[in-house]
Amino acid sequence: MVQPIRKTTLDPWQDPKEEPYVRIEKVTKKFGDFVAVDDVSLNIYRKEFFSLLGGSGSGKTTLLRMLAGFETPTEGRIFIDGVDMTGVPPYARPVNMMFQSYALFPHMSVEQNVAFGLKQDHVPKDETRRRVAEVLDLVQLGPFAKRRPHQLSGGQRQRVALARSLVKRPKLLLLDEPLSALDKRLRERTAFELVNIQEQVGVTFVMVTHDQEEAMTMSSRIAVMNTGWIAQVGTPAQVYEYPGSRFVAGFIGDVNLFEGIVVEEEPDHILVRSDEVACDLYISHGAVVPRGAKVAVAIRPEKMSVSKEGAAGPGTRNAVVGTVREIAYLGQFSTYLVALDTGKTVRVTMPNTNRAAEMPITWEDRVVVSWRPLAGVVLTQ
Amino acid sequence: MRRPNFLYMILALGFAFLYVPILLLVIYSFNASRLVTLWGGFSTQWYASLLGNQQLLSAAWLSLQIAALSATGATVLGTMAGMVMARFGRFRGRAIVGALVTAPLVMPEVITGLSLLLLFVSLEDLIGWPEGRGMTTITLAHVTFTMAFVAVIVQSRMASLDESIEEAAMDLGARPAKVFFVITLPIIAPAVVSGWLLAFTLSLDDVVISNFVSGPGATPLPIEIFSSIRLGVTPEINALATIIVGLVSAGILAAGLWSARQERQRRRDEQLARQGAGELMPISSPPQDAPPH
Ligand SMILES: Nc1ncnc2c1ncn2[C@@H]1O[C@H](COP(=O)(O)OP(=O)(O)OP(=O)(O)O)[C@@H](O)[C@H]1O
Ligand SMILES: [Mg+2]
Repeated sequence: MVQPIRKTTLDPWQDPKEEPYVRIEKVTKKFGDFVAVDDVSLNIYRKEFFSLLGGSGSGKTTLLRMLAGFETPTEGRIFIDGVDMTGVPPYARPVNMMFQSYALFPHMSVEQNVAFGLKQDHVPKDETRRRVAEVLDLVQLGPFAKRRPHQLSGGQRQRVALARSLVKRPKLLLLDEPLSALDKRLRERTAFELVNIQEQVGVTFVMVTHDQEEAMTMSSRIAVMNTGWIAQVGTPAQVYEYPGSRFVAGFIGDVNLFEGIVVEEEPDHILVRSDEVACDLYISHGAVVPRGAKVAVAIRPEKMSVSKEGAAGPGTRNAVVGTVREIAYLGQFSTYLVALDTGKTVRVTMPNTNRAAEMPITWEDRVVVSWRPLAGVVLTQ
Repeated sequence: MRRPNFLYMILALGFAFLYVPILLLVIYSFNASRLVTLWGGFSTQWYASLLGNQQLLSAAWLSLQIAALSATGATVLGTMAGMVMARFGRFRGRAIVGALVTAPLVMPEVITGLSLLLLFVSLEDLIGWPEGRGMTTITLAHVTFTMAFVAVIVQSRMASLDESIEEAAMDLGARPAKVFFVITLPIIAPAVVSGWLLAFTLSLDDVVISNFVSGPGATPLPIEIFSSIRLGVTPEINALATIIVGLVSAGILAAGLWSARQERQRRRDEQLARQGAGELMPISSPPQDAPPH
């Protein structure tokens, strides 16, 4: 799993006394008969870096545009800092948005672009100049102040857009796929800068992205969206380690899913029987599912291991035999695709602690795939 | 690369085709002879007699006034129509509105002129305005038929303008009216200006519609020229035409110089910015061969 950039931990969502800064209450948005956002409720707290993650067309941009005031919810209400935003036009909201297309003013210099928002608030000239210079320094664009947008590279434009939305010190900053137009290196650097800036200025960020790695590394919490509704909300670790549904498990990272039926249900463990594996799946943490329920067990590839048959025989629990079909060597890790005798193919990722030359497992080897009792997650949805 | 002579020849022919008639007109305006087709030596007498020809001069002045007024009116209305067509999204009857706005582009001028005449006559009967035919009616008629051209130009510019630019301005605290004047209008200004110029030109040389709605007191230049040609072309008209060609060329030249200066200024800024940025951030292309954007 990727490493989080964020240094500070802050979890106001666990504090019952904390008031949410943004409250989205049962918001639905329809375009004609088409439901783009379906009954979404969310609480976002002060100083959070909140990400909306979802596939194309899942309604992320639409939700963000409703926060900014460019779309009106068909049903439901949005509160920002306790104030009902229904009927409040975009120019009167304490919110600034960084557009996916940057939307810089082509006829103004970088400086004028950034100063535009302050000018609308009639901030005195001296202060405007100082604040513009400050924020341009922050995004390292000081020397480019006199240029027009078309004289900048894509990454520089992106930082102008960021500076322009930051300079008004909004309480809430909305970012629509802020990194999508950047190459990999610049993307990583800018992601880092964004998190730094957010921690420095203490603004609440809501970021839209379809890149799960981006969401995982930058966010304090993630809402996973699927065709208009919220599938799960949680910290990056929560949504990765404890996905709440098959959709979330499959959307974030790789996962092996085994469909089966609960045959034993005790306070300290659950036993699932599946046609797809030759053994019972033993999960040593409780889950509230009745016996006989149809469930799926999700196991991440890096939580399974392969070893040569014979080193450890197949057990009745959490160990099955299969044949290695493919090996992908990725440097730090290798990924094995193992065809189980039941026909199911599982994906296993193992760290390469030994040299590749000494790698004992090769194609068509008979192997045992095993995992620990804590590895599996029971999914009912 | 060597360009074949053949290409130069084609170029020369093309220019000749466009400009020889105008050149002839300029030359004959300095003709001493009264006969337009016979060269009688160099003279500027027709320019002098043009100054005394009140009728022709007042016609020219009237035409310029009408062109400026109607172009301005058409630009205001046409810009609004173009914006509505580009920005209102879907609404009931959008296709019909679009067709109605652009119909004057293809409507035969005779029909436009006739219908406007009927309108003005019945309006005068009903509410007593406009009184008779004259400058007012010509101006109104020209606004009507040139507006469509402005609308089409503005609409196509608006269609290629990213709507989120306007949303960004609103997001930063600008009210809709402010967004229009500070963001939208400056960005589409070139289209609006070309719309105005086109409307001005169309109005200046319109004969057909003007013929329907002009009155005895107000004869615009094209009609004046048209009717005087029936009595034979006088070199005075050549002189007037030469002056107009001269003014237009001067205008085009000034515009060209101005935009070249803007370009130079911009490139200087860019170079300054690059020098300032030199140490901080590598820039892909070296400053000396920065291509103009
Ligand atoms: N103005 C509109 N009129 C009609 N349908 C719309 C409109 N805006 C968005 N939609 C539809 O709503 C759905 C959600 O759109 P949205 O832009 O929110 O998706 P998204 O999650 O941002 O996707 P992407 O990752 O591709 O940007 C899409 O199916 C889209 O076609
Ligand atoms: Mg989007």
